[in-house]
Amino acid sequence: MLMRDFKRITLLCGHYGSGKTNVAVNLAVALRERYDRLAVADLDIVNPYFRSKDSRGQFEDLGIRLICSEYANTNVDIPALPQDMYAVTDDRDLRVIIDVGGDDRGALALGRISQRILEENDYEMLAVVNSSRPLTHTPEDTVEVLREIEDAGGIQFTGIVNNTNLGRETDANVVLRSVSYAEAVSNLMEIPVVMTTVPAELFPQLQGKIENLFPLELQKKL
Amino acid sequence: MSDKVLMKGNEAIAEAAIIAGCRHYFGYPITPQTEVAAYMAKRMPKIGGCFLQAESEIAAINMVYGVASTGKRVMTSSSSPGISLKGEGLSYLAGADLPALVVNVQRGGPGLGGIQPSQSDYFQATRAGGHGDFKMIVLAPASVQEMAELTVKGFELADKYRMTTMLLADGTMGQMMEPVALNDLKVNDSIEKPWATTGTNMEREHNIVNSLFLDPAALEQTNFERFDRYKTIEENEVMYEEYLMDDADIAIAAFGIAARVSKNAIDEARKEGIKVGMIRPITLWPFPVAPFRKAADQVKAMISVELSMGQMIEDVRLATECKIPVTLCNRVGGMIPSPEQVLESIRTTAAKIGGAN
Repeated sequence: MLMRDFKRITLLCGHYGSGKTNVAVNLAVALRERYDRLAVADLDIVNPYFRSKDSRGQFEDLGIRLICSEYANTNVDIPALPQDMYAVTDDRDLRVIIDVGGDDRGALALGRISQRILEENDYEMLAVVNSSRPLTHTPEDTVEVLREIEDAGGIQFTGIVNNTNLGRETDANVVLRSVSYAEAVSNLMEIPVVMTTVPAELFPQLQGKIENLFPLELQKKL
Repeated sequence: MSDKVLMKGNEAIAEAAIIAGCRHYFGYPITPQTEVAAYMAKRMPKIGGCFLQAESEIAAINMVYGVASTGKRVMTSSSSPGISLKGEGLSYLAGADLPALVVNVQRGGPGLGGIQPSQSDYFQATRAGGHGDFKMIVLAPASVQEMAELTVKGFELADKYRMTTMLLADGTMGQMMEPVALNDLKVNDSIEKPWATTGTNMEREHNIVNSLFLDPAALEQTNFERFDRYKTIEENEVMYEEYLMDDADIAIAAFGIAARVSKNAIDEARKEGIKVGMIRPITLWPFPVAPFRKAADQVKAMISVELSMGQMIEDVRLATECKIPVTLCNRVGGMIPSPEQVLESIRTTAAKIGGAN
């Protein structure tokens, strides 16, 4: 299901609540089969809740390294970056999925390492988008948010992850309808849609109908 | 086309406020309600509204007072410690009979407490939002959809009765994401405000908005008139939901997130043959006295499920006139009762009342 090649660094950015963390966790689990040394780096400085650290146990079981602030999920509500953050750029044998905080404010943290990422030039900067979110409902609104993120983070997007979903009310129609939205965002940004996510239970139903379909297991429930 | 969007509770409050015609928001960031302010900051400039991050919660509530005086729909939001700071302003709003929507996305306390959910501001909201004799209409949503609906309703009630409506949510409700249908929200913004300070055009007497009455007889009169209005609200505006109460031997009292947890526990208990139901107050003030009074003649015991050391339980005991035992099932400090804990409480209660038969 993940036939395409991935660069050494995969950056996941987007509007907050677009599902970046869930995509990051699922992508890590899928890529673990391909790469021995794999890390997920959580650079969120905005949100004290719902962090990739929630999946720490699963990462440990699979041998995926978690690069994450000491303060994530501790209820200490301060913006902090991981102390081992530079492993992302300095350890070039390491495959990394970077889960960046939401919106332009979250992407500010990326500015700290964006120059090194650009110099190495072995990265993909993916925009996680969900058309069911109110502030990214239209392609135009979405592009506005994505441009703000590019400005704040200092890296341009190279692809789109269409993560359109309605939470537990996601059905095949929600995903099918989102295809034209993702294409419109793709045209406006002049970058390809690299994957469309779908809840794992809907994958068999939609396989073959949408290109680059990627099944998601829901990692977190309230 | 699906007309639903996926929203955080905090975002739903903000968007619903805009739909209700609110164009003035004043706030100050505090977890777990910061998304209300963040959303307003993004949306208000695009629709010609005013988002202003005040220098403090106290400043924000006084800006609310200013805009409310002009008759415009206005809101502020905060979480528990910030609401305490607003206490003085809430009392002034009441004293000047001004309509406003104030949102409290509660977190654990007292003091600075923590950032996890709580319901321990129940007394503050229903009894003592500030000094003096006054009430606020207090609405308690239990889903993201209800966050939106009660925000719209809250503005209407505030305008209708010239008083503050408080939307009393908690950190879970604020942070959780659920599908919401915003298209169905019914907005009533046609309420006349002849008292508003909108300019006289030299054609009428000045309207004066004020909470200072140095003549005690006049001040007494404003209190009497205000409480006459409160009586009308108690008679007309009570909202609650009953769940499986028809044949219930045990009733759970719970609002907000506690009611969601309780529903799961009730479904499990029903599978074990225990006849348990729930009364979920949606208005915490006015409290739904009548359904509790009626249930007191039907059920043999009640359980108040709360994220507090036991606050709503006092209203339950008052409403049931202590005819039946009411026990507390709770967690505090940012902890949430699990369905298993509530189920165990139901089993224990069932065993007790079973013995009495």
